[in-house]
Amino acid sequence: MPDLLLEIGCEEIPARMIDAGISQLCERVRDLLVRERLTANAISRFETPRRLAVLAEGIPEKQPDITEAVSGPSVKVAYQDGQPTAAAHAFAKKVGVDISRLGRITTAKGEYLAAQVRRDGRRAAEILGETLPREISAIYWPKNMYWRTPGEVFVRPVRWLVAMLGEEVIPLEFDGVRATSRSRGHRLLGNREVKIPAAGSAYVEALRQAKVLGREAREHEIRRQLDAATREVSGARWREDKELLDTVVHLTEFPSALLGSFDREFLALAEEVLVTVMRDHQKYFAVEDAGGKLAPYFLAVLNTEGDSSGIIRHGHERVLRARFNDARFFWETDQKISLRDRLQLLKHVTFQKDLGSYYDKSLRVQRLASWLSEIVRQSGRPIRPGVVHKAACLAKADLTTELVKEFTELQGIVGGLYARHQQLDQELPETTRLAIADAIYDHYKPESMEDSMPRSLEGALLSLADKADSIAGMFALGLVPSGSKDPFALRRQANAVVRIIAEQSLPLSLAQLFADARQSYDGSAGEEKFSRAAEFSQTIREFFRERLDFYLREARGFAYDAVNAVLAAGADDVVDVLARAAAVSSARSSSDFESISIAFKRMKNILRQARETGKRVAGQLDFSLLEEEPELSLAGLIPLAAEKVEAFRNEHNYVPALIEISKLRPAVDRFFDKVMVMVDDERVRANRLALLAMLLKEFSTIADFSEIVTETRNQ
Amino acid sequence: MNSPPSNSPTFQDLILRLQSFWAERGCVVEQPYDIEVGAGTMAPETFLRVLGPLPYKVAYVQPSRRPADGRYGENPNRLFKHMQLQVILKPPPADVQELYLESLAAIGIDLRQHDIKFEEDNWESPTLGAWGIGWQVMLDGLEVTQFTYFQQCGGVDLDPISAELTYGLERLGAFLQDVDSVYDIVWSREGGRATTYGDVRLADELQFSVYNFEFADVEKAWKHFELYEAECKTLLEQYAKLVKKPEAGDGRTAGEKKRFPLLAAYDLCLRCSHLFNILDARGAISVTERVGVIARVRALAVSIAKAYVDQQGEVAGEELKNKLRVTIPKATVPV
Repeated sequence: MPDLLLEIGCEEIPARMIDAGISQLCERVRDLLVRERLTANAISRFETPRRLAVLAEGIPEKQPDITEAVSGPSVKVAYQDGQPTAAAHAFAKKVGVDISRLGRITTAKGEYLAAQVRRDGRRAAEILGETLPREISAIYWPKNMYWRTPGEVFVRPVRWLVAMLGEEVIPLEFDGVRATSRSRGHRLLGNREVKIPAAGSAYVEALRQAKVLGREAREHEIRRQLDAATREVSGARWREDKELLDTVVHLTEFPSALLGSFDREFLALAEEVLVTVMRDHQKYFAVEDAGGKLAPYFLAVLNTEGDSSGIIRHGHERVLRARFNDARFFWETDQKISLRDRLQLLKHVTFQKDLGSYYDKSLRVQRLASWLSEIVRQSGRPIRPGVVHKAACLAKADLTTELVKEFTELQGIVGGLYARHQQLDQELPETTRLAIADAIYDHYKPESMEDSMPRSLEGALLSLADKADSIAGMFALGLVPSGSKDPFALRRQANAVVRIIAEQSLPLSLAQLFADARQSYDGSAGEEKFSRAAEFSQTIREFFRERLDFYLREARGFAYDAVNAVLAAGADDVVDVLARAAAVSSARSSSDFESISIAFKRMKNILRQARETGKRVAGQLDFSLLEEEPELSLAGLIPLAAEKVEAFRNEHNYVPALIEISKLRPAVDRFFDKVMVMVDDERVRANRLALLAMLLKEFSTIADFSEIVTETRNQ
Repeated sequence: MNSPPSNSPTFQDLILRLQSFWAERGCVVEQPYDIEVGAGTMAPETFLRVLGPLPYKVAYVQPSRRPADGRYGENPNRLFKHMQLQVILKPPPADVQELYLESLAAIGIDLRQHDIKFEEDNWESPTLGAWGIGWQVMLDGLEVTQFTYFQQCGGVDLDPISAELTYGLERLGAFLQDVDSVYDIVWSREGGRATTYGDVRLADELQFSVYNFEFADVEKAWKHFELYEAECKTLLEQYAKLVKKPEAGDGRTAGEKKRFPLLAAYDLCLRCSHLFNILDARGAISVTERVGVIARVRALAVSIAKAYVDQQGEVAGEELKNKLRVTIPKATVPV
């Protein structure tokens, strides 16, 4: 059985898109082969900046022939008075079987004519030639382009195609390019044209000859060369950086690494600045000495074979020197205006066109952050006085610095570095001053679920206040994220809000936090554009319910049904939500818990049916109407259990509370066993419904048990 | 001053070699546009020529003025006015990247001795309503060229597409001569005597930085802006009337359209753009206003682009357009 090869040759595909692109292509080819009954033994990928290739091992040359049952008109229609009708003749002709030899099948709808039809398998090359172009064009890219004329679209211009089944070229065309058996080698080191003798390992070998390596081989080679180059400096190590490594892997076809150096005097600049220049702007790896301190070296990954003459190293060193000189120039220029004076300059920097300047924002954040620290202080947590207040005032001042204008990814960090460097507020003790600088430094954190948290409680509160202010303002304007549209990254900021509250265990109500954040905008110029208060709190509530759901499942690993159950019982107090989720997860393994969940589902269904059929539920339970022993004993148990549950709940002691609820199981089971709820007597029925409603209401404050998915769900 | 390798080209050699390289490949070698522009893209040879169906190949040097980037001649790498060599290939040939690499070889860069990468960098100009997809070309870690496939210009979808190559001449010059400051680049050499970039341009950098940051009169600049804008708008309104006018059958409207001075309207738009840049350098435009002023310039550029496409329809005529379409080469498979 031959192998299949499909290679799409492109101009350089953006590094960040290659991985997702090749994964989709593999997935699509795999599905296509299964769909077309051409299933491969194995599928592998080969991707470089200039090509996406899929290799499928062992494809049948031809689809297997199959026999299919085809059903035709119903027998009633096909025969009249024992004679075949026109419909029967037509069906017989369609399937190519004599009428007398047609079979019959019986379905729920009646008896139908049927025939076994043999379909001859088609040649794989023919099918693939027709179908592969559709799979190529179905790949989703974050950004597509035209390069000749509209109609031909891809992530970058397609310049060649290789499509082969064994040694045979599959006839296909995509975006005006016809497939051949000729690939291309490395732009500078390989042959422009590379003849591929056959699909399979011969392809990989031919490319190796042409100085093109696959992804794993490149990563391995880069690591090896980085290690080797670093060994030139005794005791030195290169700083591991997975993201950067992935980028350079996707920027090269035949990589090598070189070690360059820079003037030691640049080490006087902040390490954050040096590393940002090297990593983000030049894609260099940083080098540290045995003590973990930044060393005056860098590692560049090349898309060529070494640098024997040293010309390339010289070029890289020259560029880095200019970049570092710029950074130093910006740093020195920035010191001419202190952070405190820069606060005034923020009046000219727009935060959002309807929400005013960053100066306005700074004042709002300061107010909100101070309120937050008061709440935290009252809860008995130690918090250094004045730190949050002062840090909030200076946090955004670095937006006016040359350094941040040049290296935007250093916002916050530069503010923190300058605050420390400028030694503002000499009257404050040094520890306080350092705490202020750290809080400013960290106040954009955490920028993702994986990012580290602000180091201090003060930094966390500042970060929280900053984000809450942005979210409140945008939501008040109706700029709510929807689908893939989230231009202000509000989801990410809300994730950070949830994480900070959860991981710092802050005693906060989200509703209260956002009511307060919203209040800070009172009297502002943009207020007239704000949506109504009710809409605001509702959209905030819904938005954060989604964020909490995400956090509990993705970051904390809770099961989705436990999360649904817990959030249905309240999603305002993040810390409390977490405690309830943990309790439900630990209690759910007991069999009582499962039974209770089933019972609650049943109660909910009965009440829903009652509502839908217009059956009355009594407003209050009337004990005198309880007739049967099981309902009497259940009704008697409820207040006792409710009292205990309430006591535990007040202490946020949820596991014993849940155990208490589970203990109702025998009584509940007996009730459903012996007592009929939907009886004819209207008063008795309404009273029994009231009993169920009361049970649900009393015991659904920790979690809505009916949301728990049980194995016996459908019984 | 470092003495550059004697075999490295002077600054003017660099320009001459690139120009003759592209001339040999069928480009019209145009001269710089004589109105201030912020980038080679803004010259009509790019902005207008990429619109409509007519194929075109052009190369020109374009001094590009960015008042806010001025550094009084004190920064070794930042300039108020830098020079771009701009190449437009409409439509782009299938081997456009290879052609570009050959052009580097033509200026004395032995590609096998260097590291070249095409890194994603999509170009966008909000002021022109234009954007494209492409790369920054990195030569040993230095960005030497912006390589863009234009997708839209003046808000108009392009068909066919144009490839734009923008060489940063100062960067290439400093790289080839291995100097750390643009002012040390040797511009020309006569016998043993070298004239440097600093000799030619330093006073320019100093005085224009002084003017743009200190002397430029904000009030007058605003007034100029408004006058140019008003004149441009008037022209565009008149063209719009022509578009609405029903054709009487005698071809008179078509004739009036053909001679209508849209090129002059575009000059007025460029002047507005430059005045905006001066006001910006003077710090006379608040961040809130900024967006609004950019939108005003873009409105002019977009209207001009639409009108120009319409006018091209008259100039080219349907028949010619169809004929030209056929000549667009198909992407070729390597043989």
